[in-house]
Amino acid sequence: MGEVILTMKDIDKSFAGVYALKKAGLELKRGEVHALMGENGAGKSTLMKILTGIYSRDEGIIVFEGQKVQFKNPKEAQDAGIVIVHQELNMMNHLTVAQNIFIGRERMNGRLVDDKKMAEDAAELFRKLNIKIDPKENMGRLTVGRQQMCEIAKAISTEAKVIVFDEPTAALTESEINELFKIIRDLRDKGIGIIYISHRMDEINQITDRVTVMRDGEYVGTLITEECTKDDIIRMMVGRTVYEAPKIISSVPEDAPVVLKVENLNVGRAVKDLSFELHKGEILGFSGLMGAGRTESARAIFGADKKDSGEIFVYGKKVDIRSPKDAVKAGIGYLSEDRKRYGVIVEKSVVVNTTMSSVPQFTRGLFLDNKAEVRTAEKYVKALKTKTPSVHQQVRNLSGGNQQKVVIAKWLTRDCEILIFDEPTRGIDVGAKSEIYTLMNELVKQGKSIIMISSELTEVLRMSDRILVMCEGRKTGEINIDEATQEKIMHAATIRN
Amino acid sequence: MEDKINQTQKDHGSLLQAIGTQKLVAIIALVVLFLFFWFFGENFAKYSTIISILDSSYYIGFMAIGVTFVIITGGIDLSIGTSCICCSLITGTLFTKAGLPMPVCVVLAVLLGGLFGLANGIMVSVMKLPAFIATLGTMMITRGLGSIVTNTATVTFPQATASGGAFRSLFKLKAPGLPQAGIPTGFILLIILAVAMAVLLNKTRPGRYILSLGSNKEATRLSGVDVMKYETLAFVISGLFAGLAGVSYAAVYSTLMPGTGNGFELDAIAGVVIGGTSLAGGVGSIAGTLIGVFIMAVLKTGLPFIGVQPHYQLLITGFVLVIAVFVDVLNRRKQGKA
Ligand SMILES: Nc1ncnc2c1ncn2[C@@H]1O[C@H](COP(=O)(O)OP(=O)(O)OP(=O)(O)O)[C@@H](O)[C@H]1O
Ligand SMILES: [Mg+2]
Repeated sequence: MGEVILTMKDIDKSFAGVYALKKAGLELKRGEVHALMGENGAGKSTLMKILTGIYSRDEGIIVFEGQKVQFKNPKEAQDAGIVIVHQELNMMNHLTVAQNIFIGRERMNGRLVDDKKMAEDAAELFRKLNIKIDPKENMGRLTVGRQQMCEIAKAISTEAKVIVFDEPTAALTESEINELFKIIRDLRDKGIGIIYISHRMDEINQITDRVTVMRDGEYVGTLITEECTKDDIIRMMVGRTVYEAPKIISSVPEDAPVVLKVENLNVGRAVKDLSFELHKGEILGFSGLMGAGRTESARAIFGADKKDSGEIFVYGKKVDIRSPKDAVKAGIGYLSEDRKRYGVIVEKSVVVNTTMSSVPQFTRGLFLDNKAEVRTAEKYVKALKTKTPSVHQQVRNLSGGNQQKVVIAKWLTRDCEILIFDEPTRGIDVGAKSEIYTLMNELVKQGKSIIMISSELTEVLRMSDRILVMCEGRKTGEINIDEATQEKIMHAATIRN
Repeated sequence: MEDKINQTQKDHGSLLQAIGTQKLVAIIALVVLFLFFWFFGENFAKYSTIISILDSSYYIGFMAIGVTFVIITGGIDLSIGTSCICCSLITGTLFTKAGLPMPVCVVLAVLLGGLFGLANGIMVSVMKLPAFIATLGTMMITRGLGSIVTNTATVTFPQATASGGAFRSLFKLKAPGLPQAGIPTGFILLIILAVAMAVLLNKTRPGRYILSLGSNKEATRLSGVDVMKYETLAFVISGLFAGLAGVSYAAVYSTLMPGTGNGFELDAIAGVVIGGTSLAGGVGSIAGTLIGVFIMAVLKTGLPFIGVQPHYQLLITGFVLVIAVFVDVLNRRKQGKA
């Protein structure tokens, strides 16, 4: 660690009279990976947006390389050497990967943009970072994880002095995360200051040197990672300890009926001959690396994508699912991994999003019963501890984790028998995570059945009764929880043929 | 994983990918239509018919090239039709009443169009009005302005041989020794400007930023691009071309009536859409726009030659528009799957 490169002190910020930050701050040294932690809505992203010139601050000072600074827009921050990889993806889907990476700083050939050179430079960059992506591919055709890797590559390519990663691993798999950590260590060794936001405790231990904790928009304290435990950090974040124990034994009775049976499901190149059963009251974990075909399977079962072949039985009865509408009718709900694209309408309020897929429930005669809608939305805001000033707030203005809670509320409102949770706790803090776990456990106790797709092994081991592992579109393992270990899952997740 | 990358590289290489399926369909449709009229239309197969197709397509063509930029940003410009006429009415009046030299009037008409475009751009990008409403307002304003300035009298531009009529040879060159119907210089101008605009769109920073903000405005802003500037620029380009369209209209039709021009913008927008530019923004091409415009022009000129009544022409053009867009939608759906 070198000398201090960046100091943010006593930063205040309010949105429409509501405080998001009160005396927040941070000190970053050269060659340091500095974790910024706090619950959903604590103000981490807001603080970083102020640093990078996206929001203006109300009060406080920022000192960068010994100079007081106040960036008016992202470009100024970027020119000074501060870049951010945002929590939400920011991609131009119609442009190529290379065009995305060099947007705003195109390689020029005289007055003309030099797409060939940019594609070459991007390829070179990817080679250095050990990422396999075609720079000429349209961004919109990549998976979320790969888009995220492009964003990271874009930030690195600016030759910045400070790089902020706002939950970079939320869309990545274990192996991609390892790649990213290698990249980050490399940057650190070059003397770059790195601010790292994540809700995953094990990552904090692995990669960071110091941790700054925020709570409700305020600076709480800074710790040296080596000298503190996970519990110390959590206690500072939420003011109490949260205990996470793995599940040891399945809670599903032997004779529980099969509620969902999928036979020989095929979807293009993504899913090959997938068959499995889901029992009543069971949480079936879907594990595997990114691109293993888990999301594709879920989307096909839900009717969001067309399947090539395969049969689906609900309670032993064959159902013909051609669209999400059919799936919902059959009692299947799907919480998408990519909430921005498929989960919420960000311009609409919490209420509208909560009741969006259950409008008939709220119809009295010809009209919508707005009061009942608001009641329901408020119920789930309370149950899930969603942090929002009111249920009428636009979802756009909620923090990332709280947006995710709105998606969950939407499907809980719909009251489906079978729920597919695709990365349900992505971007959700430890406190809220255990609330969502409790909620899932409650749901299965009520007799609902859950498929949980998750890239976090600890989560899979903690929640599932049974674990199905996929690799390259095939089922490569089915493990009961009493026999499951991380090693067994990882082994099955890498059986290629 | 490895072979997937190879696969996509192959896709890029193919000619179809390079031209775009829809554009290819549009080119074929244009050629087939043309040949159809050539062989089955009575008296269609003549040099003078080609000239009249071209004559009737210049003003729509210029407007369409300009408005392509706005549509790529995800916006719309409804004011180009009336502003095209308005620019020529005002400069025509300056010529006939104030005796301003014609070359100055021509330049002024184009700049005036740019000014209307600037107003649109500021309303949309800075004042955050919806493009539909802002340009609807400008549409009414320019239409009213034209009537006020001319006192609702028609404006007639000088004949090619009269003084000040030389500007017509920008669009059609007539001289002894040349074919009687003239040389379509306007077509050459249209192609030169189309190529220039295609380079601007695909090969320069402003073009890249217009495509980029049409794809995702917020992401473009966060990348440090001044999105307001480039969104405004798209409207300015649209306006400049509307002004030029006005000049070409005057050159071809001589007499301009105040209060007209309504509906031109829809013809131009239809051409853009037939040419494969998406109203949702982010994708589009100038070449496609030109093809779209000429499909409509060939239809408009050709249908009477096979004895189709004017109202049927409109009906058929409408169908072509819907089918063209449907082909595009189908295509995209297929691509999304692959
Ligand atoms: N543009 C905005 N308008 C109104 N309120 C906002 C806006 N942006 C953020 N907020 C509010 O500020 C608070 C802090 O949000 P922020 O996004 O910084 O949280 P976070 O710590 O990044 O949380 P997460 O871990 O969930 O991403 C939240 O209560 C949020 O609702
Ligand atoms: Mg955040």
